Amino acid sequence: MTPLLSVQDLSKMYGGHIGCKDVSFDLYPGEVMGIVGESGSGKSTLLNCMAGHLVPDAGQVVFDTRAEGPQDTVTMSEPERRMLGRTDWAFVHQHARDGLRMGVSAGGNVGERLMAVGARHYGDIRATATDWLERVEIDAGRIDDRPTTFSGGMQQRLQIARNLVTGPRLVFMDEPTGGLDVSVQARLLDLLRGLVRDMGLSAVIVTHDLAVVRLLADRLMVMKSGHVVEQGLTDQVLDDPQHGYTQLLVSSVLQV
Amino acid sequence: MTENAYNFAYLDEQTKRMIRRAILKGLAIPGYQVPFASREMPMPYGWGTGGVQVSAAVLTPEDRFKVIDQGADDTTNAVSIRSFFQRTAGVATTTHTQEATVIQTRHRIPEEPLNEGQILVYQVPIPEPLRFLEPRETETRKMHALEEYGLMHVKLYEDIARHGHIATAYAYPVKVEGRYVMDPSPIPKFDNPKMSGNAAIQLFGAGREQRIYALPPYTQVVSLDFEDHPFEASKADHPCGLCGADDSYLDEVIVDDAGGRMFVCSDTDFCDARQSAGFKGKDAA
Amino acid sequence: MIEIENVSKTFTLHNQGGTVIHVMKGASVSVASGECVALTGASGAGKSTLMRMIYGNYRAASGRILVGGVDVSCAAPREIIALRRTVLGYVSQFLRVVPRVPTLDVVAEPLRAVGVSAQEAEVRATELLRQLNIPETLWGLSPTTFSGGEQQRVNIARGFAYPYPALLLDEPTASLDAHNREVVLSLIEDAKARGAAIVGIFHDEAARDRICDRVIDVTGFTPARAA
Repeated sequence: MTPLLSVQDLSKMYGGHIGCKDVSFDLYPGEVMGIVGESGSGKSTLLNCMAGHLVPDAGQVVFDTRAEGPQDTVTMSEPERRMLGRTDWAFVHQHARDGLRMGVSAGGNVGERLMAVGARHYGDIRATATDWLERVEIDAGRIDDRPTTFSGGMQQRLQIARNLVTGPRLVFMDEPTGGLDVSVQARLLDLLRGLVRDMGLSAVIVTHDLAVVRLLADRLMVMKSGHVVEQGLTDQVLDDPQHGYTQLLVSSVLQV
Repeated sequence: MTENAYNFAYLDEQTKRMIRRAILKGLAIPGYQVPFASREMPMPYGWGTGGVQVSAAVLTPEDRFKVIDQGADDTTNAVSIRSFFQRTAGVATTTHTQEATVIQTRHRIPEEPLNEGQILVYQVPIPEPLRFLEPRETETRKMHALEEYGLMHVKLYEDIARHGHIATAYAYPVKVEGRYVMDPSPIPKFDNPKMSGNAAIQLFGAGREQRIYALPPYTQVVSLDFEDHPFEASKADHPCGLCGADDSYLDEVIVDDAGGRMFVCSDTDFCDARQSAGFKGKDAA
Repeated sequence: MIEIENVSKTFTLHNQGGTVIHVMKGASVSVASGECVALTGASGAGKSTLMRMIYGNYRAASGRILVGGVDVSCAAPREIIALRRTVLGYVSQFLRVVPRVPTLDVVAEPLRAVGVSAQEAEVRATELLRQLNIPETLWGLSPTTFSGGEQQRVNIARGFAYPYPALLLDEPTASLDAHNREVVLSLIEDAKARGAAIVGIFHDEAARDRICDRVIDVTGFTPARAA
């Protein structure tokens, strides 16, 4: 089987400081991979390099495109990469405000990606947007309201709907449940699990919340100072951590 | 000394050259916004400094100049700009669309079809049609470069969602020759179809924003829309009260303190010409 | 179905002076389809450790652990995930679920994960919950708030939703009353009858005697403690 995403020796420096260094892994269709590590460990840098938001200094990010098979997205032309960004890729930001257009209605937010790929029938766009609002458990009656009137959890769900409406195959998530109430987090996690399963999505999730990765991720990568110190099956890494840093991380979680 | 203290048409020749280069580039890439080094003009921004600079750059001593503001030749703005060029260029002026070689306009396209050899200069407040939804100039330029125009339809979507129809009535976005999406300046959407296939050269100048763009003669200009909400060049559903025309764009005028009103052609030259030819509307004296 | 060959396990505590703890050595167990093997030994002897290694939850230090032909000790994560989806089931003592998910969905999930329709999965989940005497009024609620015994039964229902050819059972009858214990034992017997290879930990000796074909004392795999 061809990996959906194959990252090879990806490195990014910030001057003399390491962003991330020599990161390699393969992500297969339907797999969800978590990336954990403390603040400044390079996990967000890595995610942004993969998603094309940052230009890596070295390495490849090979994506199995629908039309032409595996392509290095680092060296592909910017129009192609941006096209991927609004079709087969999705990016869920930690802060919904970064991923939504706050001055545009919920329906317009969800419809944007459809219109970006050529949808020109208002009625169809609206019907699809309505369907997606319901899928992320937002009352369809709110379709013409702006996200500024939504709660944090609703905004995050709207961001997810906006991203998934074009049926992407790969979703990048940066702390998707960060900053949300615990009860809202659970609801979002359940929603994401269902969508991942039903749409056969692959995902890369950056978080510092070990409970989140245990519930969402099949695989886990642990980062420290820009390096991957350990990777493997999520529950194996969490329950039988091999690296000292992972052991420290796991044992530092407060029990409730 | 005073007679020669000012250059022809106010701007120095180097500035005109710079502006003409921008205009030529704009004509070569219809709908593309060309940056230019906008000069301080002896009038405030918003009063047509972009249009005035473009007019100054294209005027020659043989030209006959017309200025309209909301279709009218006799409003403050039109009168001021006309007299500005009378003084600084000494060119002939006119109010007749047919006689003019250069027409500077704010918010309208004349009703009478323009001909080859004529130049229509638009005053533009905000040249960037995408700015409404994407405030970052770096991003909008990239979107133009990569033809990522989905966002333009989001604006129209929002219109329909809020009003049940595309409520944008002026500055209605257009696509030029299937490539660049362009803001036609705040003309009523009634005028949009006149831009397409027009025999005249159409130049757009935004002074504060320092952008010039252009449509060469006979350029295809299509107003954006949805399949199920097609573009409509709408106007007030009345005939002109003075000349009786039912195919011209109308201004609504309040005529007394009791809410009485009348609809009259916004294009004063068009209306005058019709009245001279004997057409009469119901409110004509 | 399950072949464990010469497996050892160590824990290295990097944050406690790099202490290396040897917990298992030379473990070899073979379980055929339709066979049930009980692991015994004193607390701390390594029963759970061995179970966890079979499930891929703990990483073996050496040796081979073949489950349905896949060597769990060195398989890629996605191979283990595929194995857990369709070959190897695990009923642990602890229920670990997303907080607000209804019990019915928790039980149906293993079926949904292999592409069974929502409706069909629900039918099977309903059947199991009814069999295990979980009151219907609780089906729509999250099991996180249930009593220990109820959680245990939900866990069992979930573990038996999909007919895995290999099953790991960690104290399946603990904290159950006689009636429910009987239900669980018959579920295990049914699984055996359809050919599942089962490895289990049973403190309930009567249950062990009734279900298991063989007993393996893991004390034999415990390395001699350094003095």
